[in-house]
Amino acid sequence: MTSLSKGSSAVSTTEPAIEVRALCKSFGSNEVLKGIDFHVDQGEVVCVIGPSGSGKSTLLRCVNRLEEPTTGTVMVEGVDITDPETDLDKMRTRIGMVFQQFNLFPHLSVLGNLTLAQQRAKKRGKAEAIEVARRNLAKVGLAEKADAFPSQLSGGQQQRVAIARALSMDPDMMLFDEPTSALDPELVGDVLEVMKQLAREGMTMMVVTHEMGFAREVGDRVVFMDGGVVVEQGKPEDVLGNPQHERTRSFLSKVL
Amino acid sequence: MKPSTRRRLFQGVLYAVFAVLILVVIFLADWARIRVYFFNLDVAAQTLPEIVVIAAKNTIIYTVIAFVGGLILGLILALMKLSPVLPYRWLATGYVELFRGLPALLVIFGFAYAVPIAFEWRPPGGSVGAGLIGLIVVSSAYIAETIRAGIEAVPKGQVEAARSLGMKSSWTMVSVVLPQAFRIITPPLTNELVILIKDTSLLFIVGLALGERELTTFARDTLTSQANATPLVVASLLYLVITLPMTQLVAKLERHNKRGR
Repeated sequence: MTSLSKGSSAVSTTEPAIEVRALCKSFGSNEVLKGIDFHVDQGEVVCVIGPSGSGKSTLLRCVNRLEEPTTGTVMVEGVDITDPETDLDKMRTRIGMVFQQFNLFPHLSVLGNLTLAQQRAKKRGKAEAIEVARRNLAKVGLAEKADAFPSQLSGGQQQRVAIARALSMDPDMMLFDEPTSALDPELVGDVLEVMKQLAREGMTMMVVTHEMGFAREVGDRVVFMDGGVVVEQGKPEDVLGNPQHERTRSFLSKVL
Repeated sequence: MKPSTRRRLFQGVLYAVFAVLILVVIFLADWARIRVYFFNLDVAAQTLPEIVVIAAKNTIIYTVIAFVGGLILGLILALMKLSPVLPYRWLATGYVELFRGLPALLVIFGFAYAVPIAFEWRPPGGSVGAGLIGLIVVSSAYIAETIRAGIEAVPKGQVEAARSLGMKSSWTMVSVVLPQAFRIITPPLTNELVILIKDTSLLFIVGLALGERELTTFARDTLTSQANATPLVVASLLYLVITLPMTQLVAKLERHNKRGR
């Protein structure tokens, strides 16, 4: 069933990259997502904004099932991620993810970080994995750091390595979970620059962020979440410039 | 009295007590007998080279066997303890609680005598082999708990990163979690190793043949035959020769590993 769906998704470009329907997620009695409908089209950059605790990170983590949805469906390129029959590991190789805390493997060199999953999950040979890794390191501007260890890099460099690590799997889409929130302010720019470049190349991106400038400049669509629901969404200039909802206005007045 | 004066007076008293104790030891101890019975060079010379090439070598061999066996069994137990399958968790928990609660000597005794009698079983390596199985069983219980704690100390984000890249949970464990867990538990694991070196002395209970004797048994035998305690001192020095470089090496490893953390 999985291979069938995969075949069809390769042909069809009209179906959304990510489609979330009636998604609910509770942690115990705490209802974090209360029926979310959400989608990201192929090649689209969607920025999800909202106050902390609004459920935006949980929504993102449900897309590659790092969080198990309580009810509702999550379709990625037409494949139901929540279906127990779905080969989740295989789907995850197509969904790149970048974490707030980078989560680089501290015991491996930068090159080791980039080649490990290529070899273990994509079954690539060592030579090919290294070649792909070096290409992606060059892309994020860190070609000379291949042999460094994560602890020897700045936060911004670590996050760029994490992006290169995700890209090395040749994913169809990228999920960013507050990628710049753990960075010193002066290091944010380099990471955003790499993300902008990705967006220009047509990468499908779902970005949970507090960077309103990035959302305005790069986002094709901005989704504002609060209290576990999507409050409003639309073009960045509309949502950020002319919000229709009181909750959006009150959030934006605090962050802008 | 001012507080500073009182403090100085108190320190002076401490030094004075110390000096008196030293003087008492120096004047009352029978140095001649101590030298003859504990630091007798003639007796020490007679223990050589056997105490090194047989006893110390056996101590090291027994330690390595028991430690490697304990690590393998301990790793399996730790993974069982973290298994989603409930009976595995019960089994591992029961094992760990049982063998941490029993004296090592009793377990060694059981494997060397009780099990062979009950099942007409000839342990590999004879009674030493049986004793070593006992040591492995006991050390694995402690090592399992150490490894489990190490695995749980690896940040959750590491597993999430590996899984988000499409790596199976088994590969995630082998290539991401365990390497980091073992770095975290290097100090407690060294502790287990040092304890194990000393616990090899418990093997005396199985009745060691001449060539199978480890340091403590060898020193005790020589002590009895020579009526002199010098072999104990030589054995003690050899224990320190084995353990001190090891603790130093691990301290060095830890500093080195900081780079990768």
